[in-house]
Order: sequence, then structure tokens, then C-alpha cells
Amino acid sequence: MSETATSNASQVPAIEGWFTLDQNPHLIGAQCTACGTYVFPPREGACPSPSCDSDELTATPFSRFGTVWSYAENRYAPPLPYRAAEPFEPYALVAVQLEKEGLIVLGQAPKGILAKDLKVGMRMQLETDVLYREDGVDYMIYVWAPAVQDEVVGGAK
Amino acid sequence: MSDRDLVVLGVGMHPWGKWGRDFTEYGMVAARAALKDAGIEWKDVQYVAGADTIRNGYPGFIAGATFAQKMGWTGARVSSSYAACASGAMSLQTARASILAGFCDVAMVIGADTTPKGFFAPVGGGDRKNDPDWLRFHLLGATNPAYFALFARRRMDLYGATSEDFAQVKVKNSLHGLNNPNARFRKENAVEDVLNSPVVSDPLRLLDICATSDGAAAMIVTSRAFAEKHLGSLKGVPRIKAVSTSTPTYPQTLLEMPDFATDSSAVVMPPARGFKDSICWDAYEEAGVGPEDLSMAEVYDLSTALELDWYEHLGLCAPGEAEGLLRSGATTIGGRIPVNPSGGLSCFGEAIPAQAIAQVCELVWQLRGQAEGRQIDNAKLGITANQGLFGHGSSVIVGV
Repeated sequence: MSETATSNASQVPAIEGWFTLDQNPHLIGAQCTACGTYVFPPREGACPSPSCDSDELTATPFSRFGTVWSYAENRYAPPLPYRAAEPFEPYALVAVQLEKEGLIVLGQAPKGILAKDLKVGMRMQLETDVLYREDGVDYMIYVWAPAVQDEVVGGAK
Repeated sequence: MSDRDLVVLGVGMHPWGKWGRDFTEYGMVAARAALKDAGIEWKDVQYVAGADTIRNGYPGFIAGATFAQKMGWTGARVSSSYAACASGAMSLQTARASILAGFCDVAMVIGADTTPKGFFAPVGGGDRKNDPDWLRFHLLGATNPAYFALFARRRMDLYGATSEDFAQVKVKNSLHGLNNPNARFRKENAVEDVLNSPVVSDPLRLLDICATSDGAAAMIVTSRAFAEKHLGSLKGVPRIKAVSTSTPTYPQTLLEMPDFATDSSAVVMPPARGFKDSICWDAYEEAGVGPEDLSMAEVYDLSTALELDWYEHLGLCAPGEAEGLLRSGATTIGGRIPVNPSGGLSCFGEAIPAQAIAQVCELVWQLRGQAEGRQIDNAKLGITANQGLFGHGSSVIVGV
């Protein structure tokens, strides 16, 4: 990873080790040191490929850009342990295909990006957004936003 | 008849509904109905294969023993299986293995559930940051209908499916289940009813999505030798010809509940048949039949759009052609290959551990000509298709 994560006391990731919180955020997956296959969420230990007996997976930054595989829009507040805002605002979920890593990752879209703004095949980029706020701390999550940046500039790797 | 066929001697259900009573009460009703249908006594059952429910405490995790005790201990062997929506098929497979291995001749397969209102949420309290099912709710609010919606939207953007097409599945199934005494929802629905119902997870509306229900189903399966002795002749008696409980082959390339991501196909080529195709084709291969031999199919219509996906996974039509097949009337009773003659989950709602068993019950009633008000002419062979989260396939072929 070339970027240094900016540390901000009021922003913490809602889950450790899945993504970076910097200017050009990207997902952190795992890659098998032996066969090179990828896995997300990141994990340690056994390679997911049945043809590979490696026990060494290393954390690796994923491409920041991908294309929409599909999407949905939640119109009702999901149940706990989701911390739904009150009043609840509909939000979209987007499954994005990453070409280099050969997998699809599900994430929320940023607030305000809804199903009508999306289309299968659309180009997306990784950003971060507030998932919920508690005791003055913003718990952050990765989101898939319509791509605006040039990949050469924003690409993590 | 193949030596590996199991005879279905009896089937029974407790009607689906929403009452919130103890799940074992429903199970007892189904068990007694199946025993009566089979013409045997509880004491004749040597093996009880229970399908677990995870929302009803300890008794739900040990369903085989729970029902054995409830019916009165007889020393019968038991098993308890959990495979999410596929639990019923896994229980059937367990009973089948025991019978085919010669350990017993008569088994009961049983599942029952009581469900809470609203969205299914993760079971159990506390923060569980290593549990993908907990995390998908916590980090994404990815409810079950949201995953169903992803698949529905694929059909729309790739194949030009419309909300009217999805509604038409509901219309068909509501007609099929109208006279089914075990169905919970027995009301004819028009396309407008579906389109006027609120959007839950775009593009799916309330009437596109199956409800969660209370209900129970049971069946008595036996060895051929026992059934011949009991019945004399096996002519016209439904037999289990295949049970597929397939899991995915790496890399699994469809985004399925409760996962955050698919497997990677960057290094390893995806298998020729994807997971949901393989569930069905493994069953076809085991039974030595193909989609052209079918009289009917009972598929897991968690949503209207997912029923259309199953047409393609089952090989009833090519990918992208399911809407056309639906519109042609082929999947309506009276058509070439009726799908969900019972009314499906659309009319039942989902009682998880009972559902895969209920699918088989419907095939049995159809094959015997006992599906009053929804009978398919000359039914000879049927298939069920279903999938439980965390990679559990479920497909059963029953024929006469």
C-alpha cells in the first residue's frame, strides 16, 4: 500500500482491516502467496482454492474501480444489528465486479445514490461513508460510488 | 425400479400460517398425518431424521430427538440436520443413506418451524464479527430480500425482464395455490395487486417476496423390501429417484446470501456448471433423466424473480428465456411443464426446515393423483429445487 491511512479521532472503521480510510480508499483483500488467488473479506490461513494447500495469505490492496454486477435499494430499515438512521432513508446496495481480482464485492452506495442512478455494467469506484454515529464517533464503511476519477490517478495498485 | 430408489409410503403436513405456537405442535400433526397416510404405526418407525430450526432454542437444534420424544420414545435412531432452507433435503438424504446402507427399513423425515414477524435477522445476540451472517446485517443492512433483489435486477438489466413479468409469477402461483388446503395465502392476485404493493427492496415489491410462516411437513420413506411387504404391489407408488445436496465448486461466482463477495476466478477457472445449475443437474444425473422427462417442478420462489432463475438452472429453458417460458403458459398447470403447482412459497411463505420436505409432499400428491384442485394430468416425474444459505443445494426427483 502506498498511501498512509489518515488517522482521525472522530472516524474509525466499522470493521478493522477491510478497507483504508484515506484520500483514495481501497478494499484490503487477501491473496495466496502460492497460487495467487484472491479472497474478500481478508482472512489468514488456508487458501480458499481446493487445488492449493498453501496456508499463507497476505493482505493486499484491491482495485479501486470495478463495474456494477447488480444492485438493490432497501426501502425499509433493516433489523438490528444494522443501526438504521431515524427517520430511515432508502439506500442502495451495489455488487461490483473487480476485473483483476476476478470477484464481486457487495457494498452500500453513498447516501443519496439510489437504484435509479445505477445500471448493470456501470463503472464504480470505492469511497467511504459514515455507517452510523455513536458517542461522537463516526463508524465508517466502504461504499461503491459512480466513478468520477481517472483510474490512473485513483488506482490503488 | 432401481435398487437405490426409496419408496415414499406416506406424506403429511400441518397447514402453513402464522400463529406463534410451539413448533413441535405443528410437527406432531404432520407426523401423525404422514403415519396415517402410510398406514403404519409410530412404533414401526426405526429412524427419525429431523430438520432443525435455529429460532426455537435447543429443541430446534436436535429436531430428530425432539420429535422422537414428543411422539414417545421408542428407541428409534435419530439424526438432526441443519442446512438452512435445504435442511429438509439433507434430512431426507440422511434417512435415505441409512435405509440404503441397510441400517433400517422405515424412516420418518420431519421439519417444523415457528417464525418471528418481519425480516429474518441473525440468530443470537452479541457482536459476532467473525459471523458473515451477523456482519452482512451490521455492515450493509443486506437483508434476505436485498439479495433476492440483486438477482431480480440482473434479469431486468440483462434480459429486459419487467416488474409485470415478476408479477405474472405471483399471479400464476396464486391461482395454483387457491385450493390447496395447506397453503397460507389462498387469494387470487392480479398483476396490479403486485405492482400496487410497496417496494421492499427495489425492484421487488411486497407481493414479489415470500413471507415467513409457521408450518410442518413429514414423510415416511422405506426400503423397497418393506414397502413390497406392506403394500403388495409398488405400481403407481411414488419413489425417490435422486437427492442432490450439492455444495459449490470453487470458484463460486454468484453472490449468494450471506456472503460479502464471490470467490475469485482470477486464477482458477469457474466450473462449467455454476452452483445452482449443478444442484439440479446432479439430481438429473443420479436419476438418469433430463428436464425433457419432467411432468412438473417445485422450485424455491423466495421471490418471483428467483422462480424465473430456477427455470434456467433446471434447464427448462436457456438463460434469458424464462420470462418467455412464463408468458407462453408452459409453467402454468395445463402447460407443458407446470412449476409450483402447490402455489409455492408465494402461497405458503417459508417455514424453513419444513419447506424442502413440503416440496416433496406436493410431488407425491401430484404423482398419486391426489392434488385436488391443482392436479396435473398424467404426472409421472417431478423435481424439486432449492438452496440453503452457506452453500447448501437441495434437489429431489420423485417418480412413479
